[in-house]
Amino acid sequence: MTSTLMPASTGELTRDEVMTALDVVLDPELDEPITDLGFVQSVTFRDDDVLEVHLRLPTSFCSPSFAYLMVSDAKDVLTALPGYDAPGRVVVELDDHHDSERINAGLAADAGYRGTFGHEAEDSLDDLRAIFRRKAHTAAMERCLTALLRADDELAEADLGTVTLADLPSGDHATDALLRRREALGLPDAADAPVMVDATGRTYATEEVPMALRRARSTRISIDGNAHFCRGLLATRYPGSDADQAPREPETFFPLTTLKEQLR
Amino acid sequence: MYTKDGEKYFIVDAHIALWDAREENQRNIHGKQFIDCFYDYHRNLSPESEVWSYDEYLYQGGERLMKDIFTDGYADHAIFQPAYLHEFYKTGFGQSEEASQLAAKHPDKLTYNHNFDPRNGEAGLEQLHKDAEKYGLKGVKLYTAEWHGESRGWKLDDPWAYRYFEACRELGIKNIHIHKGPTIRPLDRDAFDVADVDHVASDFTDLNFIVEHVGLPRLEDFCWIATQEPNVHGGLAVAMPFIHTRPRYFAQIMGELLYWIGEDRIQFSSDYAIWTPKWLVEKFVDFQIPEDMSEYAPITTAQKKKILGLNAAKMYDIPVPAELQLPEDDATATGPRDTDAVDADLQPA
Repeated sequence: MTSTLMPASTGELTRDEVMTALDVVLDPELDEPITDLGFVQSVTFRDDDVLEVHLRLPTSFCSPSFAYLMVSDAKDVLTALPGYDAPGRVVVELDDHHDSERINAGLAADAGYRGTFGHEAEDSLDDLRAIFRRKAHTAAMERCLTALLRADDELAEADLGTVTLADLPSGDHATDALLRRREALGLPDAADAPVMVDATGRTYATEEVPMALRRARSTRISIDGNAHFCRGLLATRYPGSDADQAPREPETFFPLTTLKEQLR
Repeated sequence: MYTKDGEKYFIVDAHIALWDAREENQRNIHGKQFIDCFYDYHRNLSPESEVWSYDEYLYQGGERLMKDIFTDGYADHAIFQPAYLHEFYKTGFGQSEEASQLAAKHPDKLTYNHNFDPRNGEAGLEQLHKDAEKYGLKGVKLYTAEWHGESRGWKLDDPWAYRYFEACRELGIKNIHIHKGPTIRPLDRDAFDVADVDHVASDFTDLNFIVEHVGLPRLEDFCWIATQEPNVHGGLAVAMPFIHTRPRYFAQIMGELLYWIGEDRIQFSSDYAIWTPKWLVEKFVDFQIPEDMSEYAPITTAQKKKILGLNAAKMYDIPVPAELQLPEDDATATGPRDTDAVDADLQPA
């Protein structure tokens, strides 16, 4: 972290522990931890025993709702750290955003989503979060299934409907990612559970499988593309911030010559 | 026109701007934030040789625009798609007067599209009638994340928006360019969601809806809607420059678009002055889907010709010299087809 102001700790908590805690905060749209994306601008242990964390985003006009989800999630995980649950011990601020003032004031007052955004908020951001949980699952599923197709020439797209969790390589990054996404949606983790399901756990009929895979692929490409774009913009906006970004998993490509024929 | 390897390409840059983001025109900090965001797009995705200084980027003026787009940029025609943004800039971001006068001076080269905001109610409707007459409008550019007093966005299927689309229908404004942006009320929903495009496209089948930056960051939702609505098109603004920085990702975007919506409904644009057309045209003509991405068919010269200009020329009735046209072709092999439209095209004139 190039921009950390005070690398030392208070003796109770280290900067690494703070970063580890923040690892669970995801950019809902990109489905990646804010720590890997380089969104953590600074971690400071202030003299007055306050932990102050600043986040930064690729543009001033990043969606305020996603921005709010990330900063409020960050505050939630930090106030859950031992000794930091007392009011005022954690300050999280969003820097350089068109809505920084409003969001930071709302966070400081623990005003919640509706308290922060007033008339612009209707109910909650739960539905928005749920949409992106579903998309994250779809993309993770496509990555696993495409990897299987690449590894096995004998396997046809139409067969993917019968693939179960036991058929995925265990301990593999893509498999683990899929299992986490399934857990978030409440989908079963049993070895014989089918992999190719929608967010409600519904399986696909054999003839539906190739099109469902094709749609899942477009979702995955969209998320991957946004991740490239956002990472690149952050590095342009904050020179040196690319050093704070963890490399993305290698892109998956797939010799699927038969796919188009099957879909015609 | 661009010529390469004996092939001639008619070029329409379907999304350009003549903006003024200079400090004296900035109304507040958001004016600076907005152009800084554009400048980061520009710096991040342009080849090093094409990066402008910040001062150059703030304002170009008509003369510079003509040089960048036509003298250097190969374009035969270009279409202004102005963003209003009066909450951020004193005279707005896109310069209506300057751009429309330039278009009036070069009617063979430039088309001026204007904008409207349904939150202006009856007064705005009246203004739209006046603007249609004043500018001879064939199209409008709509930015749904435009700020307007307390409001920071609107949806295409808002009741007032329908009144405006009905007016467009009456006034012969057939081409509705849509730019999705991030701040929209309520924040509960995905601001980039393109579902409202689906609703208006179904209800106004006689209008064309061109979704700029092909729905990015919601490419997949855009593709799905466009497969079902034959009057939904994709503009390549913002997607184009990936051809340089991330050619493999660009190949996937093109592969997906050709697969889902087909080669007749994709329009090239540089999004000038975010980028300039010269290098984008050159790279696109040279572009090919990498061989190892065998799930996508190679892109053909005819497809490139349609995307680079013939599609937009058809939509805007821009005359194309005979030598730059394609021979009448049958339904294309990719993308779902609008069978009725294809049948009509195949009728003898």
